[in-house]
Amino acid sequence: MSDWPLPLLSLTIFLPLVGAGSILMIRGDAEIVARNARYAALWTSLITFLLSLVIWANFDTSTADFQFVEKANWIPAYNISYYLGVDGISIFFVLLATFLTPLCVISSWKVIQDRVKEYMIAFLVLETMMVGMFCALDFLLFYVFFEGVLIPMFLIIGIWGGARRVYSAFKFFLYTLTGSVLLLLALLAIYAEVGTTDVPVLMEHVFPRTMQLWLWLAFFASFAVKVPMWPFHTWLPDAHTEAPTAGSVILAAVLLKMGAYGYLRFSIPMLPYASAYFTPLIFTLSVIAIIYTSLVALAQDDMKKLIAYSSVAHMGFVTIGIFTFNVQGIEGAIIQMLSHGIVSAALFLCVGVLYDREHSRDISHYGGLVHRMPNFAVVFAVFMLAAIGLPGTSGFVGEFLTLVGAYQVNTVVALLATTGVILGAAYMLWLYRRVFYARRIRDHLKDIVDLDKREIAVFAPLVALVLWIGIYPAPFLDAIHASVIGLIDQYEAANAIKTATGPARP
Amino acid sequence: MLSWDFLALQPALPEVFLALSTMVLLMLGVFRGDGHTRIISWFAVLVLGLTLLLVLDDLGGTKRAFGDIFIVDAFAQFMKVLVLIGSSFAVVMSLGYIEREKIARFEYPILFLFATLGMMMMISANDLISLYLGLELQSLSLYVIAAFRRDSTRSTEAGLKYFVLGALSSGMLLYGASMVYGFAGTTGFDRLAAVLDAGAVPVGLIVGLVFVIAGLAFKVAAVPFHMWTPDVYEGAPTPVTAFFAVAPKVAAMALFVRVMIDPFGALIGQWQQIIVFISIASMVLAAFAAINQTNIKRLMAYSSIGHVGYMLIGLAAGTQEGISGLIIYLTIYVFMTVGTFACILCMRSHGRMLEGIDDLAGLGKTNPPMAAVLTAFMFSLTGIPPVAGFFGKFFIFRAAINAEMYTLAVIGVLSSVVAAFYYMRIVKIMYFDEPAERFDRPIGREMTLILVGTGLFIVFFFPFIAPLLEGADAAASSLFVG
Repeated sequence: MSDWPLPLLSLTIFLPLVGAGSILMIRGDAEIVARNARYAALWTSLITFLLSLVIWANFDTSTADFQFVEKANWIPAYNISYYLGVDGISIFFVLLATFLTPLCVISSWKVIQDRVKEYMIAFLVLETMMVGMFCALDFLLFYVFFEGVLIPMFLIIGIWGGARRVYSAFKFFLYTLTGSVLLLLALLAIYAEVGTTDVPVLMEHVFPRTMQLWLWLAFFASFAVKVPMWPFHTWLPDAHTEAPTAGSVILAAVLLKMGAYGYLRFSIPMLPYASAYFTPLIFTLSVIAIIYTSLVALAQDDMKKLIAYSSVAHMGFVTIGIFTFNVQGIEGAIIQMLSHGIVSAALFLCVGVLYDREHSRDISHYGGLVHRMPNFAVVFAVFMLAAIGLPGTSGFVGEFLTLVGAYQVNTVVALLATTGVILGAAYMLWLYRRVFYARRIRDHLKDIVDLDKREIAVFAPLVALVLWIGIYPAPFLDAIHASVIGLIDQYEAANAIKTATGPARP
Repeated sequence: MLSWDFLALQPALPEVFLALSTMVLLMLGVFRGDGHTRIISWFAVLVLGLTLLLVLDDLGGTKRAFGDIFIVDAFAQFMKVLVLIGSSFAVVMSLGYIEREKIARFEYPILFLFATLGMMMMISANDLISLYLGLELQSLSLYVIAAFRRDSTRSTEAGLKYFVLGALSSGMLLYGASMVYGFAGTTGFDRLAAVLDAGAVPVGLIVGLVFVIAGLAFKVAAVPFHMWTPDVYEGAPTPVTAFFAVAPKVAAMALFVRVMIDPFGALIGQWQQIIVFISIASMVLAAFAAINQTNIKRLMAYSSIGHVGYMLIGLAAGTQEGISGLIIYLTIYVFMTVGTFACILCMRSHGRMLEGIDDLAGLGKTNPPMAAVLTAFMFSLTGIPPVAGFFGKFFIFRAAINAEMYTLAVIGVLSSVVAAFYYMRIVKIMYFDEPAERFDRPIGREMTLILVGTGLFIVFFFPFIAPLLEGADAAASSLFVG
């Protein structure tokens, strides 16, 4: 269905920007401005979500080609164009971004009272950048969106964040920027070599081997910071802890996926030789990430920090899955990313619920919540179990497939990664025990109230999705399948040609 | 050789027009007095606008005049347009300022016009002599403008410092030029190029070239010849600083490019490493030195040094792409710098100008539109997409990569990360800190116009890159044809 009468992708990308523009125009009394800004942001993001659902509904699962393709002149003399399209790898990230933005708006409804207008504008601009990045099929266009994300995110952390927000915002900004500028150089080197930034063309191009290695390292500098992989992860706990709840949600759910998506879209298809060459590096770092950050998570007393470290561990599974280069591994990685996007978003929202009531994120502050907040305890339990990877939840599908994929390639890696699952269960269950269970609720929590309607409205779709992916993942796997097969075929073909012409390297 | 073609002034028509109109305005000022400064300023803007129209007149290829010491090609036209835009902005920005600060004398716009005339002569110079004449006309006017606030010590100090160091650099340039003349036997760029292309290069000529480069590096304020910049930027009246940061920079950069590419193009192996060094030194030093600044004008001085470093990457590449990237960078630089200085000019509280970075605290709350615009400029100066500054960097680094100057490119991007820190500090102070002083409002109609104009250019630049690229490419190729 590439010949749609409407430029659906462009609409999805730029509608939030239009919404942001209209919020900018709102004038008048502070109270009215805030209310209108909230509603405008909510409606814009909901319509954007509906548009992305239309894309999904009309998505053809039988082909690995890019669909809903749009191409327009941008810099014709330089072979750089405005080029969009989605395939099985990117479509769910688009959906994830459009799905979570309205939830973020709702979850910030009451919490954010300061500069509401700017807040909503920042989130809508962020949505434009995220969706644009996953749809871009021109490397320069991708880079523009990829780095453009920094602007709203920097402001969101810095303006509406916690006590150490300035430090965290700067750390986030400078870390990510350092990686990105090296990606820019790689992009320029590729452009110099091929003469275009058209991603499908670049995927066909065979780069010389030494060049591949350098390019891969430059890509790695950027994507490893974004994922984040150990030891480049230190910005993440700070950024997560200090960002406002909705900021953490987007950061964990979508921004972390940008790095992994970068591997899938750029590193592997364009640099197959280097990807194979550096697989041991990725495996090593991922395994360290899984075990080390799980242990660190065990030692945390700040709930947001704990979830942040668990994110690093979960993304370790993703990177292992991606670099197995087999169907189970890569599909598992993509499902794991979706699952992590939903689950970590939900867990941050859960922490947000507690923080809004008690203004504390310390685990030791809580205890016995189950007596006062039964509904919340159930909701939290669902997401906690999904994070552990209990069968029947989305986390299981992703982790299981990833481990199956890894086992085929390297049993040691699979074994070590599996210990991560056990550690994950340990820190999550322990967290749950400390926060929710006790004989009776602690005295200063006596007046805490259970979820209200607005919060239930936020959590309901998340719970539904977790169970849907966990119990019946077929619709998701089907959509991904063709593209993943295409990616693997291309990877193997490229490496086969090279082994035929030169000395082989596993 | 001398024939009546000597008087074919048509290529120099914009300069002739500008010179004559400036003198008419000078007469007007002399007979009408200081009370008419505002009118004269607006006339000056009108004259600049008309000159711009004359510059845009298509001459059909490269043209020379005055016995080949004056050249007009696409490159010159492009640069002159930039200079004229920068000068007009500066004159308009000054309107309110000079009245408020009680330095509204009619010479003020006139000096701007004379400086602009000098810059246009520099851009079109095709001979070491005409180069020097243009440069001095420009410099002498600038020395006076820098010290225009006579009763302020800082301003006079700035003017004096600028004068002494500027004279020193002119001296070096002149010395280098005389050595070049001594060893090559000619001062004309065309004949110099022919001599150098023919082969054998005497050492003395190289020494002369080094002196010329040192003099030019002084004028563009590149490290290690940058020391005057922070003091002069800080001391000069703010609209004058804005003018310094824009128009003379463009002119000096254009001159630098023409001298390196046209007559000394054959010696690229000799000067390339010097430019690479200057470029790296400028980028790195500016990035680190700016971090601790507390005065925003000083900070902008270091920022401009850094940006010169980036532009010089394009020159160091020595290719047509490099020059084209440099031109794009320069264009974007003009707009973002003008915009930033317009914001700085709006930093007034109870009628007093403020220059501390901390005075911006909480601007996001007290004046959201201005904070938003200044934020856009800061992101642009950092080079974060999608704002314009990124594309300047993109094309500059593209040239470096294509010329296989990888080390230069890596140092360049990494220093841009360091620079990001001090630009983001300004954003932090505006948005993350608690409000300090409220700035006076309204800021005036012409300032609003400048802020909105430059802001829109910076933010909505990315869909419309193609036309600018075409212009820049045409300009760059005109340098390499002849």
